[in-house]
Amino acid sequence: MNETTKKEDQTSTQKIGIYLWIWLLLFVLSFFSYMVDWYQFQGMLRWSLILFFMFLKAGLIMAFFMHLFWERYALVNVLLWPMTAIACFIFLMTAEFKYTLFSRFFYFVVGGA
Amino acid sequence: MSEQKIDGFELKPGFKGMASDTGSDQTMFKGVHWGKAMMWIFLLSDTFVFSCFLISYMKGRGSTIVDWPNTSEVFSLYVGGVPVPLLLIAIMTFVLITSSGTMALAVKYGYEKNRKMCGWLILATAVGGLTFVGMQVFEWSKLIHEGVRPWGNPFGASQFGSFFFMITGFHGFHVSIGVIFLFIYTYKVFAGHYESKKRGWFTKMKGDYVEIEILGLYWHFVDLVWVFIFAFFYLW
Repeated sequence: MNETTKKEDQTSTQKIGIYLWIWLLLFVLSFFSYMVDWYQFQGMLRWSLILFFMFLKAGLIMAFFMHLFWERYALVNVLLWPMTAIACFIFLMTAEFKYTLFSRFFYFVVGGA
Repeated sequence: MSEQKIDGFELKPGFKGMASDTGSDQTMFKGVHWGKAMMWIFLLSDTFVFSCFLISYMKGRGSTIVDWPNTSEVFSLYVGGVPVPLLLIAIMTFVLITSSGTMALAVKYGYEKNRKMCGWLILATAVGGLTFVGMQVFEWSKLIHEGVRPWGNPFGASQFGSFFFMITGFHGFHVSIGVIFLFIYTYKVFAGHYESKKRGWFTKMKGDYVEIEILGLYWHFVDLVWVFIFAFFYLW
């Protein structure tokens, strides 16, 4: 193996420790999110904990298992910016389901004006 | 993991690098194998498919005036006569994370040209995926037996069944396809297709361990989607 190929090999793999750490963290975070249900947390505490553990797990998988942390910004940005469209869609559909819920209560339960 | 150096030319890091990559009048994803870039584009479109499913679930669940079934009771298993909430789902989650970890290591050993280690780890990933699908079959048949249907169920809002079968079914389908490919690539690695540079089907591309990373991207994505399904469908 000459000097240049040796160098290439070093840039294309990470140390095994980082994968094992992320793996362990994912187990711990999954355990915590299961505990949210086990202890029957309710309301804002439940929802914020679920979202916190979910985004942390998703971030770890994408950044380290899918190597986005080491990719060039040209690729990372092409992949992450479209997620804002999903956020917009969630926002729109939240307004939509609130309106549908209101109409159903108004016409089916209250019985209309 | 893209190379920072191409043909002896040092690439700029960060946003400056992004600007010069995009404006270079050449290939935009520098140092990224085309197969990997295409897999990422596919995964991006798949993200939108799953997002639409989960958003429609949010809309359906949010707009029903009937109470949503209590998932921690519906998905509980009886162990020694005591109901344990979400037990099967928790085990499925841990199985999928385990297989994701073995896949990440398989990619690493693949790039290090450690053929045996890479092959065994992909096989372990495939077995993990198969276990996951098996448990999902058990879960589905249990719920169907209890009377859950796409148009109604004995636990609450009738939309529950249709969202459950559609979302977990589509995810399970992804896992099943992944398992098939994991077994195929186990064979390809053990047969030494990446040492002999054997060409794949439908492509002139010479066999290379980058294919394992592309397969890994798909598999991690399946795990990623499960993180969201677990949070929104089972825990919420």
